[in-house]
Amino acid sequence: MTEPDEVDCDRLVELVTEFLEGALDAPTERRLVDHLALCDGCGTYLEQIRDTARALGDLPPDRLPDPARAALLSAFRKWS
Amino acid sequence: MRVSLPPDAELVERLRARDEAAFALVLDAWSGGMTRLARSIVSTPDSAAEVVQDTWLAVIQGVDRFEGRSALKTWVYRILVNTARRRGAREARSVPFSGVAPDAAERDGPTVDPERFAGPGEAYPGHWREYPVPWGFRPWTGPERQALDDELRAVLERALAGLPERQRTVVTLRDVEGQESDEVCEMLELTPANQRVLLHRARARLRAELEAYLDDRA
Repeated sequence: MTEPDEVDCDRLVELVTEFLEGALDAPTERRLVDHLALCDGCGTYLEQIRDTARALGDLPPDRLPDPARAALLSAFRKWS
Repeated sequence: MRVSLPPDAELVERLRARDEAAFALVLDAWSGGMTRLARSIVSTPDSAAEVVQDTWLAVIQGVDRFEGRSALKTWVYRILVNTARRRGAREARSVPFSGVAPDAAERDGPTVDPERFAGPGEAYPGHWREYPVPWGFRPWTGPERQALDDELRAVLERALAGLPERQRTVVTLRDVEGQESDEVCEMLELTPANQRVLLHRARARLRAELEAYLDDRA
């Protein structure tokens, strides 16, 4: 049985999304967590990826312009 | 940001009964996200607005045929994506998307500058030469949570606009819109693995742009 490759920083940064999605196989995930426990740089990187996703979630939604909204409500009414 | 709507079964029943208040509910809850998603596929804000309108018209026409095999919102978004792609193809911005695996440019190559890691001849190959600096400026977390300031928002919007289309569409649905990965795969007809690759590359690139901006700002 072969051991999975060690997770170094340059490999960890390519695994973060699979890690956050819960898509890693168990041995790789264990190694990644072991690495995170010892490496502040990778901890910061992971946090920044999470922060990036959170910041995106804070972008304001676009709005439908009022005339378009009125036109659609009118189309809905006519369809009846 | 999420408006709580009645459950799908009730919504669909009310829409089929031509209940205008129910239509206004979904129109107001989803049009903002739909416009943003449309903008990730077509080239101008005007086209995006038209795509959203055409989608709603198709929804009005089609709701009697909705079979409930997916969430109502997923069904509406799928109509949106198809409408936007047809239009994007005409505008020659969009490339055929569905079911296509990420190509080499989307899949290969490191997402972090290799110069930031020690090389094979050095003391700790594959390790950070210098750790990323924790962001002191994180207005989107913590008890003092506040909205993004205008400058940061502009940086993010610009970075998002600069992504390749498929990455932009996936990260918009997942992180801006907060859709679940299985819903996104269904809307875009992507495998879970391909969806993750596109999300990964998008987030990594956006992180790098935020880092460049926040390091300067610090």
